[in-house]
Amino acid sequence: MKALRGLLLPMAALLTGCSTVVMSPSGDLALQQRNLIITSTLLMMIIIVPVIVLTLLFAWHYRASNKKATYDPEWSHSTMLELLIWSAPLLIIIALGAVTWVSTHKLDPFRPLERLSYGRPVPAGVEPLTVEVVALDWKWLFIYPEQGIATVNELAAPVDRPIRFKITASTVMNSFFIPALAGQIYAMPGMETKLQAVINKPGEFQGFSANYSGEGFSGMHFLFHGVSEEAFAKWVQLAKAGGGTLDRETYVKLAEPSQNDPVRRFAGVEPGLFLAIVTHCVQPDSPSCMKPMKTPGGANEAAKGTEGMQAMSMTHPR
Amino acid sequence: MSDHLDLTKLIFGRLTLQELPLHVPIVLGTFVVVMLGAIALLAVITYYRLWGYLWREWFTSIDHKKIGIMYMILGIVMLLRGFSDAIMMRAQQAIAFGDSAGYLPPEHYDQIFTAHGVIMIFFVAMPMVTGMMNFVMPLQIGARDVAFPFLNNFSFWMTVAGAMLVMSSLFIGEFARTGWLAYPPLSDIASSPDAGVDYYIWSLQIAGVGTLLSGINLLVTIVKMRAPGMTLMKMPIFTWTALCTNVLIVAAFPVLTAVLAMLALDRYVGTNFFTTELGGNAMMYVNLIWIWGHPEVYILVLPVFGIFSEVTSTFSRKPLFGYASMVYATVVITVLSYLVWLHHFFTMGSGASVNSFFGITTMIISIPTGAKIFNWLFTMYRGRVAFEVPMMWTVAFMVTFVIGGMTGVMLAVPPADFSLHNSLFLIAHFHNVIIGGVVFGLFAGINYWFPKAFGYKLDPFWGKCSFWFWVVGFYFAFMPLYWLGFMGVTRRLSHFDDPSLQIWFQIAAFGAFLILLGIISMLMQFWVSFRRRHELRDVTGDPWGGRTLEWSTSSPPPQYNFAFTPQVHEGDAWWQMKQHRYRRPTDGFLPIHMPLNTPAGILLGGISFVFGFAMIWYMWPLAALSFIALLAVAIGHTFNYHREYYIPADEVHRVEASRTELLANHV
Repeated sequence: MKALRGLLLPMAALLTGCSTVVMSPSGDLALQQRNLIITSTLLMMIIIVPVIVLTLLFAWHYRASNKKATYDPEWSHSTMLELLIWSAPLLIIIALGAVTWVSTHKLDPFRPLERLSYGRPVPAGVEPLTVEVVALDWKWLFIYPEQGIATVNELAAPVDRPIRFKITASTVMNSFFIPALAGQIYAMPGMETKLQAVINKPGEFQGFSANYSGEGFSGMHFLFHGVSEEAFAKWVQLAKAGGGTLDRETYVKLAEPSQNDPVRRFAGVEPGLFLAIVTHCVQPDSPSCMKPMKTPGGANEAAKGTEGMQAMSMTHPR
Repeated sequence: MSDHLDLTKLIFGRLTLQELPLHVPIVLGTFVVVMLGAIALLAVITYYRLWGYLWREWFTSIDHKKIGIMYMILGIVMLLRGFSDAIMMRAQQAIAFGDSAGYLPPEHYDQIFTAHGVIMIFFVAMPMVTGMMNFVMPLQIGARDVAFPFLNNFSFWMTVAGAMLVMSSLFIGEFARTGWLAYPPLSDIASSPDAGVDYYIWSLQIAGVGTLLSGINLLVTIVKMRAPGMTLMKMPIFTWTALCTNVLIVAAFPVLTAVLAMLALDRYVGTNFFTTELGGNAMMYVNLIWIWGHPEVYILVLPVFGIFSEVTSTFSRKPLFGYASMVYATVVITVLSYLVWLHHFFTMGSGASVNSFFGITTMIISIPTGAKIFNWLFTMYRGRVAFEVPMMWTVAFMVTFVIGGMTGVMLAVPPADFSLHNSLFLIAHFHNVIIGGVVFGLFAGINYWFPKAFGYKLDPFWGKCSFWFWVVGFYFAFMPLYWLGFMGVTRRLSHFDDPSLQIWFQIAAFGAFLILLGIISMLMQFWVSFRRRHELRDVTGDPWGGRTLEWSTSSPPPQYNFAFTPQVHEGDAWWQMKQHRYRRPTDGFLPIHMPLNTPAGILLGGISFVFGFAMIWYMWPLAALSFIALLAVAIGHTFNYHREYYIPADEVHRVEASRTELLANHV
């Protein structure tokens, strides 16, 4: 009974999995990750199912009360069988390892997108939408440098346009996760991670922190709106119309711990704010402000500059 | 006036009356219940005048069997605490939806899940695994004790001191609210200024000393003290897994000690190892803690694989299938366990090549693990499988563990992990392997070796009740969590908005309730077996038709284990001895050289507790004093030259003769 349930529940979960967000996402990256979950499960079923069946079968058939079953009290070795029990899992793992190597590189969240969805490469000349994400205690700040706006606990992006998230945190580690869009990536103070993703269907999707970050963690969620280009322009206008500028002083106040924050919008953002947050230089005379470091890559500007401070960024060569 | 204040601060550090939970009804209630229980226990011990007996025969004992049993008792007591945390979490998550905030505010809930993880790993699983190895391994290799008997007693009391520190955090101050691995920057002094993380650091540091020393001790015992003729490839498989586990302990625990020491320096003296400024890097901590943390998983599970191997072979009435490949699989797992730590944080952006490397090494571990499963499978093949309670746990393990293994390999594929990491899928996965593997294995081991330890079998009826409640409860408690993970629900949330999730949490809470019945059944099993001990008596010393040397001696074994050190010719030594119609020697006994009991271990453990407590509350004079006392007692103990004695040949003769008589009357 219990074994049957153990077997059936995950199987049922897979078959009916279409109704869950991880198993039926709306973004291409998440969809490919979902496909990998299914592929790896099916590959492993080749071993798992026979093992479970044989366990129950042997346990039943060779029970002590079944005197008809063969009893071979000395049998404990068979070269053929041992070859088989090592090589069968080995073959599965070789297959899965190859899938892993290729897919890990292809679906690296730092890597610029090559396609919008299956069979639709990113059209030439389309630039990704940049969103700078800051995990604060305990809310999310989204800065749109091209649009010059910022929002708290609300995110929007046009359908079928690549999005480039640049992610950091103010004090502690969080993880930026919109299951419908793409897998998660950590938001860490003093470091910058990236996520390149695209949403393929319009809708409202849940986003949240997937790494425990303290008292207000449970309330640290936001809505992600996948919308048309026109609706996105309207959404930007809404923020513009609201007024208020996110300058350094406003940011310092915003960054103070608070829980279950409502949506907020800023019509303007002080340039270079995100970089100042990454380098802890929002208050430039702060002792923790990181001095610009020389990187092998090339020139560095002062921490106030735009794209200089790469020393602590999580970028890596590919 | 100000002088007076400073003196209070000097003595009590930052500990004030406000730290006592007088204003929190739940904690106060727990405190009162625990205190009443403790007073009742002390009263019973005093009433039956057991203090002297406990002190002489148990607390100061350096007999590996008694220390092993004390480790098991510690583990079971702490299991009750860790499980109370679990059931509180399940209850909170089952009701905290929408407008209902549940009954636990975040500052409590966060302590509870942290304490649950810390207690279950460090003070339930570790003591029980160490206890198993301590009790069984020397008997299996035909030794009279471990290599360093005093060290063994000292290690145990250090573990107890760590456990007591965690327990006192319940009533004095609070425990960490950081999650069980206390990642900085959350565990830094800036984000967690109160005593919780310091409780975490010092309890693990003190218990860690015990674990490391016991690892060295058991390792040396296996290497140096095997019976003549027992070459490595003739060792029982449980001893092999114990050997590999202790290699892992010796290599991994210093890393934990170092990383916690650095965290302590960050918190106490303002160094910047893991801060986000002045060149510190929190990811360093994450790397280091998992370089300890992943081998730790195998430290727990390898001995349990050994238990399953012994149980399967004994109850199938056959030698273990593929002994050599089982040994190689164990060794391969030991080595590989050091090459996979990064899979715990693929999502921190290490880059595709690094992630793929660690993903693939992780999958490779499933090959030897799979081979082991097949080995147990083919051990049952053409056997005569007796479904005693230990064997039932083993079959449940094989079915459950492969599911956990499968979900583990899914998580090892980095892009899949991006979607599943930190979700309840992950929680379901590691409970699937830790409960389905380690816990089931420990229960198999307890039922299997209990008659050896106490001289009577455990009652099978309550054992089967416990088995069914646990197994069914496990599936109810954790299968919904896999599902919730697919629904994108992350871990450590104390409140939810989406009402469609609630039913799954309620099913999981029901599962936890079934597990509670399983635990109660287990306690009933101990009680009923104790009451029926005369009916359940094992006079033969070999109640299951065992195959390894521990079954060749009496149940419980005499203090010296073996009157004569056994001579080993083949694997499954006791089985072979029985095949060759082995006859117990009944005379010609010699005096036996044995170590003497000493109170130094419990003293050092007690002083360490005081030292840890003083450090946590910044009571600097007390800390200095207790540290000096620690050194003084340790050095003083080295001047104790009266450490061993001889059991006279007459005494050995008397013990062995009474067994001869018992065996004769029985047959």
